Amino acid sequence: MTVFSVYVVNKAGGLIFQYDHQKQNVEMEKTFSYPLDIKLDLQSDQISVVFGQRDGIRVGYVVLSVNGKTVNGRKLEDGSDAIELIEDESNYPISIKFGRPKLSSNQKIMMASMFHSLYAISVQLSPEPGSSGIQKLETDTFILHCHQTVTGVKFIVISDTKQVGVESLLHRLYTIYADFALKNPFYSLEMPIRTELFDTHVISAIEQTEKTGSAI
Amino acid sequence: MTVFLLHIYDRNGNSLYEKEWCRRKKSNLTKEEEKKLMFGMLHSIKSFVSKLSPKDSKEGFLSYTTSQYKLHFYESPTRLKFVVMTDINVGNIRETLKKIYSSIYVAYIARNPMCDLAEPINCKLFESRLETFMKGLSFFEDSKE
Repeated sequence: MTVFSVYVVNKAGGLIFQYDHQKQNVEMEKTFSYPLDIKLDLQSDQISVVFGQRDGIRVGYVVLSVNGKTVNGRKLEDGSDAIELIEDESNYPISIKFGRPKLSSNQKIMMASMFHSLYAISVQLSPEPGSSGIQKLETDTFILHCHQTVTGVKFIVISDTKQVGVESLLHRLYTIYADFALKNPFYSLEMPIRTELFDTHVISAIEQTEKTGSAI
Repeated sequence: MTVFLLHIYDRNGNSLYEKEWCRRKKSNLTKEEEKKLMFGMLHSIKSFVSKLSPKDSKEGFLSYTTSQYKLHFYESPTRLKFVVMTDINVGNIRETLKKIYSSIYVAYIARNPMCDLAEPINCKLFESRLETFMKGLSFFEDSKE
């Protein structure tokens, strides 16, 4: 039972809080000899696999590190260019670590506003009158639960398919939001929540849900 | 329990077939606009889910639930999309959707030389088979108002 991440979205669709609880990284490190049988290309500032699959490395995976050095964008941590390094035959054998692309903070903001609009569309498409938006979105790898408060703030929890008690966690998060964000005199509405007390309470609520299946 | 409606889209977003059994809310959109909106939403949900997924997913998006209805989704290998809306008490009906595809769509449309696969479905046999199949489902019950 795992909770992957928590999002809080304000009534305009802006992301005001995000927390990744479990680092669920699929990573694959392999030593390659020349020529590289996987086609790499720079896509949205990450070096990703565009053609060729082998040993669990799939199209869409990104290069995380080369010879143990972390890759940032197309540069290695020591400042050298990763693509040039991979293309140069004299550097082989080379060890490259691949992994599923992680969401950047910009992408997380995009995901939040995307969900905000999906929520609105699902209300419009309802065959029954008086429907709310998406409360639970099921996939084969995770379940997304969403609770929208009367003031329009959305609490979103992404957990694995076996996690129970997510509804109670959502209500606990709302209580924490009311207690440690709204009652904080230094917090301005609709703005990102940067309060240590809020963070620690969110983390402990998630941990409790994972352990006992209930946040209360 | 109730089945509200069924939609079938091809991979380009054209609506191939639609059937409504029970619909209380009249939407302020036209039929055409509504179908486009639904396809657009499903397309966005698919990319949303694949970006958010912690692991590589095989089937991807399965269903979503609101306070009033549940939308079930199945995509065939040829990216034909089957969408069924039911009430919220219906469980996982993936196998049912697969069956609509494999034993009704494939049998009466894909293998029918008279049917153009890119055109909206206009086949009496398909419609009557689908109707009997849907009415035979345990969760169909009193969809007729």
